[in-house]
Amino acid sequence: MNAVATIAGREIRDALRNRWVVAATLVLCVFALSLAFLGSAPTGTVAASPLAVTAVSLSSLTIFLIPLIALLLSYDAVLGEIDRGTMALLLTYPVARWEVIVGKFLGHVAVLAFATLVGYGAAGLALWLTSESADPHAWQAFGAMVGSSVLLGAAFVALGYLVNTLVRDRGTAAGVAVGIWLVLVLVYDMALLGGLVADQGRFLTPGVLNWLLLLNPADAYRLFNLAGLSDVSTFSGLGGLSEQVRISPATLILALAAWAVLPLLLAILLFARKPV
Amino acid sequence: MTEGHAAGEEVVRLAGVGKAYGRNAAVESVDLVLRAGEVVALVGHNGAGKSTLIKLMLGLIRPTAGSVAVLGEDPAPGRAARSRLELGYLPENVAFAPSMTGAEVLAFYARLKRQPVSRNADLLDRVGIAHAAGQRVGTYSKGMRQRLGLAQALLGSPRLLLLDEPTTGLDPDLRQGFYGIVRALRDGGACVLLSSHALPELEEHVDRIVVMDHGRKIADAAPWELRRRADLPVRIVATVPVDTTARSVIAIDPNLKWRLLSARTFEVTCPESRKAEIVRRIAVLPGRIDDIDIRAASLNDVYAAITGRAMPEQSEARMLGVAS
Repeated sequence: MNAVATIAGREIRDALRNRWVVAATLVLCVFALSLAFLGSAPTGTVAASPLAVTAVSLSSLTIFLIPLIALLLSYDAVLGEIDRGTMALLLTYPVARWEVIVGKFLGHVAVLAFATLVGYGAAGLALWLTSESADPHAWQAFGAMVGSSVLLGAAFVALGYLVNTLVRDRGTAAGVAVGIWLVLVLVYDMALLGGLVADQGRFLTPGVLNWLLLLNPADAYRLFNLAGLSDVSTFSGLGGLSEQVRISPATLILALAAWAVLPLLLAILLFARKPV
Repeated sequence: MTEGHAAGEEVVRLAGVGKAYGRNAAVESVDLVLRAGEVVALVGHNGAGKSTLIKLMLGLIRPTAGSVAVLGEDPAPGRAARSRLELGYLPENVAFAPSMTGAEVLAFYARLKRQPVSRNADLLDRVGIAHAAGQRVGTYSKGMRQRLGLAQALLGSPRLLLLDEPTTGLDPDLRQGFYGIVRALRDGGACVLLSSHALPELEEHVDRIVVMDHGRKIADAAPWELRRRADLPVRIVATVPVDTTARSVIAIDPNLKWRLLSARTFEVTCPESRKAEIVRRIAVLPGRIDDIDIRAASLNDVYAAITGRAMPEQSEARMLGVAS
């Protein structure tokens, strides 16, 4: 496990040096702060907690942004090192192949978690300082949003690693990563909606829909934050969907965690056979 | 694990090793033994199987035939936990993360090899880049990156060093420094295998040369032994006394090619196997020989004679125009 920590530490240090950490944190912070103050304007002085509203709008933003950052971090994590010749060198050290993957993965997730916690935390802090209400439920929703955002990021980092072990060169990996982002973040929902309209409930029963939503980490995240928490769901406009979809928050979080763990396990298995 | 590491101890043993990718054989039935306290050069064309052999010894790839034993272990992944601590590897053209400093790169590898980071400063000094330890690797010249690569290979005083093209990017001064380090390692009982294109400079620094061609080992001997076997022409230049006539010089063997370079200086070309005899006969010419110079064929020529092809990247002009 010592090797895992050493490799994760190098990954974090490298991300700090390359300004990755600063850039990701700043981007998330700027978006979160602007949403916190601009996005809460419509609520005015009504009873709705600005924190809860911010949690909803931030989670919509997260679905686009976090997977993008995660894939940018991870799309050439393994192939880049193979190209530079450092992977062959690393594997001649007393380090197992799974330790290399797990170490790098933990480093990248730590970078993403730091950026998310600091970026979104800044927004939460600003709201706490400016608003009087301290609704514990809203804080819970906000905390759950930040936590699940990190998990969503971990899922896409893991997918990035899987791509790295499946294809041979960095160009292909970049292309596939973009494809994954487009499909899971944009196309999947549109296709699902189109399917629902065309199908008129013949095959796409609520039960099938549940499964289809769990089969996309972005949707599991969306449902968890928009519909999973009752307080937030009233503001989310997708309240209607939450009546149809009966998946408990715990199941959604489990699905997200599975999306982080399973691609990573698969990447470890494939990397064990990958020529370096 | 308590056996002593006496000189001559077997460090690497390849027995009937083959590695095929599909129907293409990268390496075929290679037998090779490397021993403690020797420096061995691995030479051959690109694609001759040098890198494949090194990767087989490192356990990065698995042989499709035969067996590989390195430091008493099978270097297969997951099995060679101990031997990896005692092994140093310098890959060809390694590019460390450009955003890290040299000291950070070395510290990373030291931790992985479970070595105290405190010794790294000495190591950087030994390879001559202590002054750049705090600089980012991205600012390093090719030679400095190569020396950083050498420093990580030296971590933990390894018993076996596999160096792939170690002198590329090093100027003649640095090359001398590099061979000094190699000599110290050998004297310390380590086994050093270096693959190289720079044949002529290897001669005085290696104990043995292994020549690979088309995936097969076609020669494995000391440099002088290879030269003797190739039996290439040797050029002898002798300055004879004033009163020695050209006729008496040529009379040594009129069948050889004699050339008059100046009034008293003769040049003759003869096969390696007749070198000693010709020199002896020149030396007993009447009067006093002023000077004699014997130029053996270069290792490049020896290589060309063994493989039937010229060494690529051959920078030096051939000393002899005579084909064997």
